[in-house]
Amino acid sequence: MSAIFDEKIHQTLADSKLQLAIFAATGRLMEKRRKAVNADACPDYQELRTQAHEVKRHTIDHLDYYLELFERNVSAHGGRVVYCKDGTEVADFVLGLARQRRASLIVKSKSMTTEEVDLNERLEHHQLESVETDLGEYLIQLAHERPYHIVAPALHKTKEQVADLLTERLGVPRETVIEKQTMIARAVLREKFLAADIGISGANFLVADSGAIVLVENEGNARLTTSAPKVHIAIAGIEKMIPRAQDLAVFLRLLGRSATGQPLTVYTSFLSGPRRGDEIDGPDEFYVVLLDNGRTKVLADREKRESLYCIRCGACLNHCPVYRKIGGHSFPWVYSGPIGAILTPQFLGVNHEPGLPFASSLCGACAEVCPVKIDIPKILLDLRSDVKKSEEREGASRLERFAFRAWAWVMRHPRLYEMAGMAAASLAPSRDGGGWVRSAPSGIKVAPLDAWLSQRDLPSAPAKSFRQLWRERR
Amino acid sequence: MSREHVLHKVRTALGRSTGQPVDQPPPVRLNIPAAGIESRIAVFCERIEALAGHTHRAASLEGARSYVEGVLAGRKSAASNAPILRQCGITALPGVESGVMDPVALRALCASAACGITGADYALADTGTLVMLASPQEARLISLLPPVHIALVERGRLLTGLDELLSILPFPAEQTSSMVLITGPSRTADIEQILVRGVHGPGEIHVVVV
Ligand code: SF4
Repeated sequence: MSAIFDEKIHQTLADSKLQLAIFAATGRLMEKRRKAVNADACPDYQELRTQAHEVKRHTIDHLDYYLELFERNVSAHGGRVVYCKDGTEVADFVLGLARQRRASLIVKSKSMTTEEVDLNERLEHHQLESVETDLGEYLIQLAHERPYHIVAPALHKTKEQVADLLTERLGVPRETVIEKQTMIARAVLREKFLAADIGISGANFLVADSGAIVLVENEGNARLTTSAPKVHIAIAGIEKMIPRAQDLAVFLRLLGRSATGQPLTVYTSFLSGPRRGDEIDGPDEFYVVLLDNGRTKVLADREKRESLYCIRCGACLNHCPVYRKIGGHSFPWVYSGPIGAILTPQFLGVNHEPGLPFASSLCGACAEVCPVKIDIPKILLDLRSDVKKSEEREGASRLERFAFRAWAWVMRHPRLYEMAGMAAASLAPSRDGGGWVRSAPSGIKVAPLDAWLSQRDLPSAPAKSFRQLWRERR
Repeated sequence: MSREHVLHKVRTALGRSTGQPVDQPPPVRLNIPAAGIESRIAVFCERIEALAGHTHRAASLEGARSYVEGVLAGRKSAASNAPILRQCGITALPGVESGVMDPVALRALCASAACGITGADYALADTGTLVMLASPQEARLISLLPPVHIALVERGRLLTGLDELLSILPFPAEQTSSMVLITGPSRTADIEQILVRGVHGPGEIHVVVV
């Protein structure tokens, strides 16, 4: 584990207000989901999950076919598909188009894919104003932060912090009433929508048989982004594909329920091509940017390919005991929680943060709630072994290998094993009164042991070992 | 840009070759429950009200008009070109502008109007959802920019739910560039998970079943 990962975790753990905010918000989202997927509210929930998994598997296994089908259908409706291999290509495309159209203001609706490639920063670097319009994303942008959660980006901000932020960045009088804060943002953003030259959205789904993108939201900012400006650019990862519009009957129901407990979100937009000849309003130009940025690498790995089935509902974050303690900003990349723990090493390489696949108790809650049934714990285990293999290649784990060899040797010698156990128990008395061992005994200073215990508490050793109890029983 | 590059990488990763055919996808799963029109209307209204929307069942065109007249109270409003609005006499109500076909003029109207009045192509009972297809009759912005949205739904247009919609409209893109499902008023819970209505879209929604 890197020092920075460790440090961020400890910062989050030490901030009691933040702990409460994460705990309360994720708890509420869990509760809402639970009510929306129980047998009364959604009798066929498990069948929907199975169907979603099967449809995603089929699509991802034949992704080249569906990409080309999608592309043909987008063109047939007057739009254009642009393939990009990385963030630089995305930025180049947007910048080029903005220059041609003499655009200076871009409005954006929430998109994790553009976060992934730091699109806002790249555009601002070229004097293009790019404004986030989802309320949470807007606040995050004002604060120059990264989303804390893939569904609730400003989950960690209190209304007092929002008040300070709005006063500082917009120069408005301090306002702590949430309704009024929302209306301040609405007024600022409304002006932006009406003045913007280009709207950039993400896409929750790409529908191959229609050449359409689907956007799911509650605020209406995605509708405005895709309807008001003359140019609409949707930016999505290639894995967002589904074969047919009719598959939405399954995916939309799962997404809303899993994310926020809503049977359907307030707005679902199904968009295909620019405004048609006789339609009254809508954009004149429609582009879909299909981004690789590491996805084809994941695709090549049969075992872990299912990581690409994710529909970004956020349920695995809310249910993860690790995310609920260490929060979103401890994670080394834009995707946090269990899905972040499996995507980050696959996109950026296991060495980007070798500690990440190990930051899990493997409790399995993520796999249980995942609407597309991604086996996250299994993928985490695979990644752990990838980390170890890479460390071995670099000869970095010599000490660990030695420790495990010694352990194996002790295990093969029952007498020694028993004596070692007794020695360890007597050396590690519980010293916090609560029956937990939280640090190594003062006389013993072994760096790896300290590091190990800095992340974990051990129950104190029982008075009698299992072997002793066993002997007495007989 | 990188079209060939990306497609090539996808094919290599999957071990597929250019133009290789695909297996059948899993069969579509659509579940359409049987529900009579009266129960559909009842569920529809119940769902919308649960989302803090307002509903009204109008027995006649005049009934629809007088409900809408009450909501408008003479305020400046934008009405779509849906035939039912004219039939009801809503387009003739004081303060109501309709028939605007120029996108720039329409946007200006919607940005300053208190209410937007539209029809609805379909409605989904089990979620309390309006289905709006962009067309010469319906612009996108009328149901989006004004703070109040009033929609008239003809009872024959009321479907059981999303599955039925997708079974009668398997290819929405063949008909329109934009199909929007609207389920209740615009809302956010981005600050401390406190629900606030009307953040970007209309915070108040009235649905009249005719
Ligand atoms: S991995 Fe599953 S639970 Fe987690 S965000 Fe993706 S779809 Fe949702």
